[in-house]
Amino acid sequence: MTDVNDTENGGGATGQPKRSRKVDEERRRFLRSLAVGGAVTCVALAGFAQHKMAHAGPRLRPPGALDEEAFLAACIKCGQCVQVCPIRAIHLGDLDEGLSNGVPYIAARDQACDFSCDATQCILACPTGALSHSIDKKEQVKMGVAKLVEPDACLARQGKGWKGSARGPAFPGVLRYAEIDRWKAQPVAAHPYDLPLCDLCVRHCPIDGAISLEPMPEDPGSGRRTPVVAKSCVGCGVCEMMCPTSPIAIRVEVITSGREPEGKHT
Amino acid sequence: MRPGFVGRTIDGLGLLFGRQPQKPTPEEITEEARAMHLFKKTPDERKRRKEAIREELEHPQASNKWRIRRWISILVLNGIFVASYWSDLQLVEGALTASRVLGFHFADLNSSLQLMLAHKHVVINLLIGITTVLLFYLALGGRTFCSWVCPYHLLSEIAEKIHLKLVEKRWVKDHPLDRRLRTVMFGIFAALAFVTGYTLFETISPVGILSRFLTYGTGIGLIWIGALLAIEVFWSRRMWCRYLCPIGLTYGMVGTVTPVRVVHDVTFCFHEGKCRDVCLVPHVLDMTKLGYATEVRTPIGPDCTRCGMCLDVCPTGALRFDVKGITKVEQPAE
Repeated sequence: MTDVNDTENGGGATGQPKRSRKVDEERRRFLRSLAVGGAVTCVALAGFAQHKMAHAGPRLRPPGALDEEAFLAACIKCGQCVQVCPIRAIHLGDLDEGLSNGVPYIAARDQACDFSCDATQCILACPTGALSHSIDKKEQVKMGVAKLVEPDACLARQGKGWKGSARGPAFPGVLRYAEIDRWKAQPVAAHPYDLPLCDLCVRHCPIDGAISLEPMPEDPGSGRRTPVVAKSCVGCGVCEMMCPTSPIAIRVEVITSGREPEGKHT
Repeated sequence: MRPGFVGRTIDGLGLLFGRQPQKPTPEEITEEARAMHLFKKTPDERKRRKEAIREELEHPQASNKWRIRRWISILVLNGIFVASYWSDLQLVEGALTASRVLGFHFADLNSSLQLMLAHKHVVINLLIGITTVLLFYLALGGRTFCSWVCPYHLLSEIAEKIHLKLVEKRWVKDHPLDRRLRTVMFGIFAALAFVTGYTLFETISPVGILSRFLTYGTGIGLIWIGALLAIEVFWSRRMWCRYLCPIGLTYGMVGTVTPVRVVHDVTFCFHEGKCRDVCLVPHVLDMTKLGYATEVRTPIGPDCTRCGMCLDVCPTGALRFDVKGITKVEQPAE
């Protein structure tokens, strides 16, 4: 071993004084260690900088997530929430997401949380309380709020209907069609619609009264309707997943603070 | 290492935190050990050893017993996570950072420590997970996690083989670092977690990255793993495990006092240094140098990962696994 060589045979061969060579190597070793330690610390801090500077919108977190800062601290990055989700809506972040490496998120447009599990399986699975155990009903969840981001794209606002499957035949997402099977989510692609007026966002919203179609304020007499999001919206993203238009008319705006139910803290 | 439980434990912790091993002073050596050293330094004994070593070099007997067992352990334990997820068996859910094994909570001690420092709050489920794992490694001792569970260890072991080949061909040179660096890194990451409120180490922890990659397929983190392995192949032997990883230090501290350990018996030792050549942490084997053992039978300290590589190369059986209170002092059969 090098340690042994240093103490027992150091120097001899080069003819340099044994002591000075040993001191030299020790100094170099110290500087190397300093450099490596500094480099590793910098790599870890890069994740922190990435988080602080990231301009991309925040990720939609699973139901019950604590406020973003606390959530990132409390999450142990194990993915147990991923494993219990029956519709595989939850994914884990990767190294490119810095501090969110290993932290769960939901990509609602691809597969929204429709509370197929009757709510909060992921919360029950969370070993650290990063998904707050103070939530036990889907109505208490606060992940975000649905917002009509492209009003002009909305079919209902144009008085149009929808024919065919919501997202095309190749869409892999699933949804709980409770009237068909209460326990097993069905592929969205296998369920074509024939709607005189598109109401997909309202029809499949898992929270009663969170979204409704109302007459257009400026044109109440016509057959056109506009989606109105109520305060009870939890931000699950089912409307985002089911919206058939392109560009998409309705999206979930992620909430990063105030996610925990008021007055309840674990 | 000083003899006796207290001296040994304190010196073992010193080595764990990065102190260099010291040659024992004559007063520190027990009478039995001193008698043994004197006997071993007699010309007859030296001659006998020399001949035995020559015999051994002519008929080399390398064993892979412990390496095979250990690799199976790493592959099976990590494989269960993957198999359980993809077959929906629910035997083991989660990753190496935290999991449920048949419903029982397990939590990695270093991940939990980072989390508690950052979040400054702990829930009962996590406490249960920590306690379970803590008891487990109190019993198994030292850095058992490192060489029997950690997936990075396996990759790093392969990188080390390549590194040693390249060193042999004189294409690369090992650049050892100061072992105190690991203690400093532990402190830096603990302080960062506490001050920033984020578990910064988890973003770069090879254990978490590899464990999640295997189960969930998050592969970008492999860039970091690849970089570490490349550095270990071309520049510094076993750099991450030896000088940097705070997880190793955490488990080392937990497993300081433990019934399971490797014990060195100076009676049978040829003092060839084969064990130190293969060891991840050769400073713990300082007593294998002639005249360095302070006791006839010395348990190896907490920085030992219980990998068993020294047992595989030891031709005399001077190094053996020992379970306190169970294993009897026995003569080597070989």
